[in-house]
Amino acid sequence: MSELLIGVIVAHTEVAAALLAAVRAIAGEDAGLVAVSNRGCDRPALTRELEAAVGGRSAVVFTDMAGGSCAHTAVALARGRADLKVVTGVNLAMLVDFAFHRDLTVEAAARRAVEVGRTAVGLVER
Amino acid sequence: MSVVLYRIDDRLIHGQVVVGWGQRMGIGFIVLVDDGIRANLWEQELYRMGVPGAMDVVFATVAEAAAHAPEWERDPRKGIVLTPDVETMVALCAAVPDVRKVNVGGIHAREGRIERLRYVFLSDGEAAQLKALADRAVEVTAQDLPTTKPVPVVELV
Repeated sequence: MSELLIGVIVAHTEVAAALLAAVRAIAGEDAGLVAVSNRGCDRPALTRELEAAVGGRSAVVFTDMAGGSCAHTAVALARGRADLKVVTGVNLAMLVDFAFHRDLTVEAAARRAVEVGRTAVGLVER
Repeated sequence: MSVVLYRIDDRLIHGQVVVGWGQRMGIGFIVLVDDGIRANLWEQELYRMGVPGAMDVVFATVAEAAAHAPEWERDPRKGIVLTPDVETMVALCAAVPDVRKVNVGGIHAREGRIERLRYVFLSDGEAAQLKALADRAVEVTAQDLPTTKPVPVVELV
């Protein structure tokens, strides 16, 4: 069996750590996720943090906001790399689902995360 | 004045600029002054990511910014002009003497820099450059968002 994917959540201030804590509370400690904060980082510094978190493994990088500094850094790092995919607009539903689908290819896992994340957003009218 | 903010921010076009300042102030265009990004279409695409369609993004070298500054000032929309570092803003101010206010929005930690505020780290050389701008009657203040209090740069150096 090939190595399981990892997920790296990179987000503003404490968002990544908070999401990671929530995923672990729901899915268990072995969710295969790592949290990175952009606090105090310019792009080169955040790139180093992100590279260290990925550690040369195949990973889905979950970022909070398209157009934010975390997404810029992740997209630039993933450029030309087949082993990294970037998903924007991270939410808890996609992370919890990802924890149980780390055996997919990185491409399939990223696409699945987007679908699950979108499905989880809705207006409750009752 | 149609350019409402000349800002130094090493994260360039990001959430604070697009949302924090942009949406609050009704910004219609953002100019990113950086010679390297001006020459790199992929980087330009990266920095366009997530910017609302109603906000134009312009990439310029310092020389192009100097040439186009008068038309940006006449633009009926409000605009933000960004530089990635102190050096580029100093060059821009030298080329565009009408710049009377500079906002230090985010300069993060690097070797040789000292923390002046949570979001402002400056080397002694950068601090001296900002002080020199202030000495030439340019109002230089640190302020990450419109909702925070501006801090005169002379208090940081």
